[in-house]
Amino acid sequence: MNRFAELLDRLAYEPGRTNKLRLITRYFHEVGDPDRGYALAALTGALSFKHAKPALIRDLIAARTDPVLFGLSYDYVGDLSETVALMWPKAAMAAHNNPPPLTLTEVVTTLRTLGKTELPRQLERWLDELDETGRWALLKLVTGALRIGISARLAKTAAAALGDKDPHEIELIWPGLSPPYLDLFAWLEGRAEKPVNRDPAPFRPVMLAHAIEETDFAALDPADYIAEWKWDGIRVQAVAGRDERGHIAVRLYSRTGEDITGSFPDLVPSLRLPGAIDGELLILREGRVQSFNVLQQRLNRKVVSPKLIKDFPIHLRAYDLLGDDENDLRELPFVERRERLETFIGKLDDPRIDLSPTVPFASWEALTAARADPASAGAGEDADAIEGVMLKRRDAPYLPGRPKGQWWKWKRDPHIIDAVLMYAQRGHGKRSSYYSDYTFGVWTEGETGDELVPVGKAYFGFTDDELLQIDRFVRRNTTEKFGPVRHVVHEGDKGLVLEVAFEGLQRSPRHKSGVAMRFPRISRLRWDKPPREADRLETLEKMLKADESLPTIKVAASAKGH
Amino acid sequence: MHGSRLRQWLRRAFTPPGRRSLAETASPRMTGEYRGTGAYMTTMRPQDILLPVAAGLCCKPGGFHIDPVRPVERAVITHGHSDHARAGHGAVLATQETLDMMRLRYGENFAGSTQVIRYGEEIRLGDVSVKFHPAGHVLGSAQIAVTCKDTCIVASGDYKDAHDPTCTPFELVPCDVFITEATFGLPVFRHGNASDEVKKLLASVALFPERAHLVGAYSLGKAQRVIALLRQAGYDEPIYLHGAMETITHYYQSRGIELGELRPVTGVKKAALAGTITLAPPSATSDLWTRRFPDPVTAFASGWMRVRARARQRGVELPLVISDHADWDGLTATIAATGAGEIWVTHGQEDALVHWCRGRGLRAQPLDLVGYGDEEESETPLADEAEA
Ligand SMILES: [Zn+2]
Repeated sequence: MNRFAELLDRLAYEPGRTNKLRLITRYFHEVGDPDRGYALAALTGALSFKHAKPALIRDLIAARTDPVLFGLSYDYVGDLSETVALMWPKAAMAAHNNPPPLTLTEVVTTLRTLGKTELPRQLERWLDELDETGRWALLKLVTGALRIGISARLAKTAAAALGDKDPHEIELIWPGLSPPYLDLFAWLEGRAEKPVNRDPAPFRPVMLAHAIEETDFAALDPADYIAEWKWDGIRVQAVAGRDERGHIAVRLYSRTGEDITGSFPDLVPSLRLPGAIDGELLILREGRVQSFNVLQQRLNRKVVSPKLIKDFPIHLRAYDLLGDDENDLRELPFVERRERLETFIGKLDDPRIDLSPTVPFASWEALTAARADPASAGAGEDADAIEGVMLKRRDAPYLPGRPKGQWWKWKRDPHIIDAVLMYAQRGHGKRSSYYSDYTFGVWTEGETGDELVPVGKAYFGFTDDELLQIDRFVRRNTTEKFGPVRHVVHEGDKGLVLEVAFEGLQRSPRHKSGVAMRFPRISRLRWDKPPREADRLETLEKMLKADESLPTIKVAASAKGH
Repeated sequence: MHGSRLRQWLRRAFTPPGRRSLAETASPRMTGEYRGTGAYMTTMRPQDILLPVAAGLCCKPGGFHIDPVRPVERAVITHGHSDHARAGHGAVLATQETLDMMRLRYGENFAGSTQVIRYGEEIRLGDVSVKFHPAGHVLGSAQIAVTCKDTCIVASGDYKDAHDPTCTPFELVPCDVFITEATFGLPVFRHGNASDEVKKLLASVALFPERAHLVGAYSLGKAQRVIALLRQAGYDEPIYLHGAMETITHYYQSRGIELGELRPVTGVKKAALAGTITLAPPSATSDLWTRRFPDPVTAFASGWMRVRARARQRGVELPLVISDHADWDGLTATIAATGAGEIWVTHGQEDALVHWCRGRGLRAQPLDLVGYGDEEESETPLADEAEA
C-alpha cells in the first residue's frame, strides 16, 4: 500500500504525460501481482466498493485528537483526508511482532466484502499501520476521491509499455478483462497468450481528425477526399453484438471508451442489428437537429426520466461502420465502409438512426462555400448544428488515434472578439516558468464609467514566440501580485489586446459578465490596438442572442469534440 | 472558520480576562501578574529579565537584546539567518560561525564590535549570565540561556532535534522559562526521516537520467544539509550550485563540513546537466533561470512540503520534506523535556502550541515579537492579530 501511495503521491505532482507514463510503468515493473493489477484498476476507475463518508473519517480523528488542534490543522491544510493522514496519532504498537506490510490487494479485497459496521475499526487499524502518504492514499481511496489527473487511457498505455505493446491492443481486449488483470500482465510479460475479449459488444479505439490549416490544402487533392458535415453533438460508438446465448447486447461508448449506455436507454432498442456504428449523438425535434446547448441540457440531468426522454429525443447520426455482424471492417478503405454503412442503416430502417450525408464538392472553393453556408449546401434547417466539415480520405482504413493526413476537421470560422488582458498566471509543467494562463475582459458600463469585466480564460492558441512576447509583457507590466497571479495593466490606453476565438457562448449566472465562452483561445496578439478599442460586453450579448434563443442553462463540463 | 478569525477567537478564548499579551502586561510597575502563585514573589519575574519590545527581545538587567530586528547597542544573536542576524548593531555577541556568516552577508563593518562565544561558555553581562548551547538548526546556531538570580530563561531561537550532519546536535537545556519557536507548530507537521526524502530524490534522478534535478533549498543551512545527506546516501557525482549558494557553501567546507565535489552551474552546457543535481535558492527554481536546464524536475526541500497545497502552490514537482525546524513531535517533546513551567511561543503557529502547553498544565502564551518571520517563508502578518 505504501508503494502504491508513493506512486500516487508522485503522480499528483508530475505534470508531464511521458513522465507520468514512466512512473506508472516503473511501478508495474517493480510491483508484482496482484497488487499492480489492483493499482491499474484504481487508476482506470475499475474498482468498486461502497465509499466511506467524510463523517466517518471525522469521527475517527475526533476520537484520537484534541478538537482544537484538529480544527487549527484542518483550517490550515484545507483537505480532510490529508489533515487526518498527517496528524493521525498512531496507537501504541504493543505486542506488534513485525506483521507483513499492508498491501493494496488486502485493502481492496477487504473493502469489497466489509460490512458497514466493521469499516471504522478496520480503517483505524490500517491508519495505524501506514505512513503519512499511505494514510493519505488510503483515505482518498476509501472516500472515492482518488483524482490525480490520470486518465484510464494513460494507465493502460503505461501497462502496454511494460510489454512494448500498442495501447490499442489493450483497449481492444479491455472490456473482457477484470481486476487484478493477471492474464493481461502475463501476456505483457510474455508469459502467456493474449487474453481474448469475450465481450459481445466491445469498444473499438476511435480514429480522430487533425485540424486543417489554410496551408494544408495546397498539398491535398479534392478527388482523394469525401466531405461530410461536422455535427455539434457528442461522438459515440454504438455497438450491438450477440452474446453466447444469441441475445443482442447493446453498448454506447464515449470516444474515450466510457460506457454511457445508461444515459441513453431510449436509443438501445433501435440498435437491433449486430454492428459497430461511429456517429454523433444529437437531439432531434420534429426532424430538426438542435444545437449543442439543447443536448447539454439533457446531459446535465443525472436522472433519465421519461419526461427528459420525451422532451429531449435522442438521435444517432451515423458516419462510419467499424463492424458489420461478425465482420471487422476497420481494414477496409473509407469509401467501402461508407457503402456498407449506407446498406446497414437502410436495413436498420429506424427513425432514431440516420446517415450523415456527404457534402458533394469538386474543388476546395466549392467546399469553402458549402462550409460557409451549410444551409444552401444541403444541410437545410440543420445548418445551425453544424460546426464545420470533415474531410476523410477515400482510401483511409479506420486507424485508432490521430493518424496523419487521413481525416481532417475544418471548422467554421469561430466567433472572434478583441479582449483586454487583465490577469496572468503561471502555467504548469514545462510552462511553469511562463505566464501562460490569461484572464481577459471586455468593456462594459460601470458605476464610474467604462470598466473591464472578465469574460474568459485562455491558455492556448498562441505560438511559442507569442508566449514569450506575452510573458515579457506580463513581467514588465505587472501592477499587483497575488500568489501565482499577476494583475496586468489594463487601462484605456495601456495594456494588451488579445484577439480571442471561441466556439460559442452560454449564459452563466456564475460569471460576473453573465456569459461563458466555449473553448476560448488566443488567436492573435493585437499590439496595434489600444485597449479602449477592444470589444464591449454588448457585442457578446448580441452574439449570444444570435447563437440561440434558449433559456438560461448551467454551464457544465462537456464531453464532446472530435 | 476562516483561519485568521479562528486564530483570533482562540487567542481571546485562552487569554484570561484582564490579561492581554505579555508585552502589554509586563510593565515593571504592574505587579499583579503572578501574585497568586507565590513562586516569583521573592525572585524576579521572568518578564523583568526578558521582555519583548519593538526592537526585539530585551534583557534590561543585562543591557542587551536577543536577535534584535532594529539596530541596538548590544545584540546577542542566536544564528545567522537574516531575520535573526541583522547589520548595524553596536556590539554583537555570537558564535564564531554566526559572526562569520554575518560578515559574509553584510561585509566587514556589519557591527561596531564583535565578541565570540563558544557553546558551553558562560559570560556575565550586567546582572545576568549568558550561556550558549547548540540549537541544531544551522551551523553555529545557538540557544541562549539567560540566568538572573534563580531564574533561567532559554531563548532557543530556531532549533531542531533531528539528525543533521552539518551542525552540532541540539542540546536540551533545563530551565524555568522556555522560549520556543512554532514554525511548524501544528500536529500535521511531522517531518519524518530526511534520509528517506533524499532517497526519493535519488530514485527520481535514476528514473529520469535525461532530466536535470533542480532542488530549491535555502542557501544557509538547508542546501548544505541536503548535499551532506546526498553524500551520506552514497551519491558521489559532482553537485552543481546556483551562484547565490556558492559563498556560504564554501564557508561550510572551510569549517570542515565534507560536501564532496561541488561545481558552479554557471557556464555549464544545457545537455551536460542531464542527470545532475543542482541546488538553488527557492526563488530561482520558478524563474526564467530554469530554462537553462534540460526538462528540469523541480524539487523543494522544506518542512512546508508536508502539505500538498503548499507544494502545489509553488509548482513543485518533487516535494522533499526536509526541515531546519523541529516538527510538532519535536517541539512538544522538547518543551516537556526542558521541565520549564512557563512557555513563551513565537514564530508561526503559536496558538496550537500554546493550547497544547496549557492542556499539559504549563503556563504558556504567544510572545508577540514584531518583525520576526520564518526565514523559509514568512506568513503575511494578520491585520486583526494585533487587537486580540
Ligand atoms: Zn533560522
